[in-house]
Amino acid sequence: MARAAVLGRLIWTLGEVVELIDETARVRSILLDVPDWPGHRAGQHVDVRLTAEDGYQAQRSFSIASPPEDRRLVLTVERLADGEVSPYLVGELRAGDMLELRGPIGGYFVWESSRQEPLLLVAGGSGIVPLMSMLRHRAASTTASGARLVYSSRSWEDIIYREELEQLSAAAGGPQVIHTLTRTQPPAWTGYARRVDGAILAETAWPPSADPVAFVCGPTPFVESVASALVLLGYPVPRVKTERFGPTGG
Amino acid sequence: MTRISRGFRGKRAKEREEARLPPGQYLVDDFPVLSAGPTPHTALEEWTFSIDGDIGTLRSWSWEEFRALPSEEIRADIHCVTKWSKLDTTWEGISIDTLLDGIEHDATHVMAFSDGDYTANVPLEDLLDGKAWVAFSYDGQPLEAEHGGPARLLVPHLYFWKSAKWVRGLRLLDHDEPGFWESYGYHIYGDPWREQRYWGD
Repeated sequence: MARAAVLGRLIWTLGEVVELIDETARVRSILLDVPDWPGHRAGQHVDVRLTAEDGYQAQRSFSIASPPEDRRLVLTVERLADGEVSPYLVGELRAGDMLELRGPIGGYFVWESSRQEPLLLVAGGSGIVPLMSMLRHRAASTTASGARLVYSSRSWEDIIYREELEQLSAAAGGPQVIHTLTRTQPPAWTGYARRVDGAILAETAWPPSADPVAFVCGPTPFVESVASALVLLGYPVPRVKTERFGPTGG
Repeated sequence: MTRISRGFRGKRAKEREEARLPPGQYLVDDFPVLSAGPTPHTALEEWTFSIDGDIGTLRSWSWEEFRALPSEEIRADIHCVTKWSKLDTTWEGISIDTLLDGIEHDATHVMAFSDGDYTANVPLEDLLDGKAWVAFSYDGQPLEAEHGGPARLLVPHLYFWKSAKWVRGLRLLDHDEPGFWESYGYHIYGDPWREQRYWGD
């Protein structure tokens, strides 16, 4: 009854950290058991609130990496050098700790597997996180439309979810995954080795005639340039949804 | 409900600044960007700003006419719903009082509308008496497109999404209705001091 009374309202709740997975040297996934979790859509985020012993609090937003189908809520967090909350989540948090959060938040940057259009995902760095929720959601459902991910990382070691992306793309009907490595490349690397630009997108993105929908997530300059390039390629503005991670996002 | 986060100390603002931070906010020095889609670029020759009523446009300015209106310098703290706040930002813009001066209406609310189909709803009284502007300059420079240029609404006492980027006009309403973010779970009013971030806050 209390739940019904607060339907549509976001209340702070507690999740128990059940597992931590180091994705890269600076990125960690936090698997949470949240008994009160109301469910979410792929692409949404949560607010996390930390409280110091003297009552001081800090809140930040983090994208959800798990698909709606998962029993556990997964946040994947990148440690920001000057951050206040992310260094705690990546460095200090342990299994068994309780984490205060509320959500899900955001209803625009979301994708449902019932959508029929070809899906284009363009990620810069940890901008992959909400897009991974979409790919996991897609893998958990039967969808006939194609998906492509163009993913920019600094180096091979910085690719978040690298092995899972390989598995997803190898599966029947799986997404096509195109990496670009902007700083260093492994020996014999034959893929792209520069920032995502109009030429890369012209070669990899669905043509506008396929009526695709695009989700772009990453740091602001990345999103600005990718979104503009997609519009120049002929993507209608309402078909390009963006989420920007500010340099001070956490 | 609040639970101590084991081992968390945090980075606090200086006491003097802390008093100016609404609950749940933290200070930044840079100027982060948040928008739902690609940044629109409207040429100034094509740009207009209009005040619309329920039977059409009541008043409209070209860019030149708009810039010829008396402007004001504004110094304000701004607060984004994504939790960053920035103190003492400086702007130049036209007061909404000036834009509505002499227009007869019985509006109670306003829907600001922008390039890219972005909208934001604000009660009219929150825009009057020197509380809101259409700003065209930030920190002494023309407002950059990614921050809402050539002109954006500036309503510093509400969360910053209400300060609609790329604003092209105000629609006068005799009722309240949700704008873009307000339809996607964000608060209908958005007072940072009451931490009205989301529906039901």
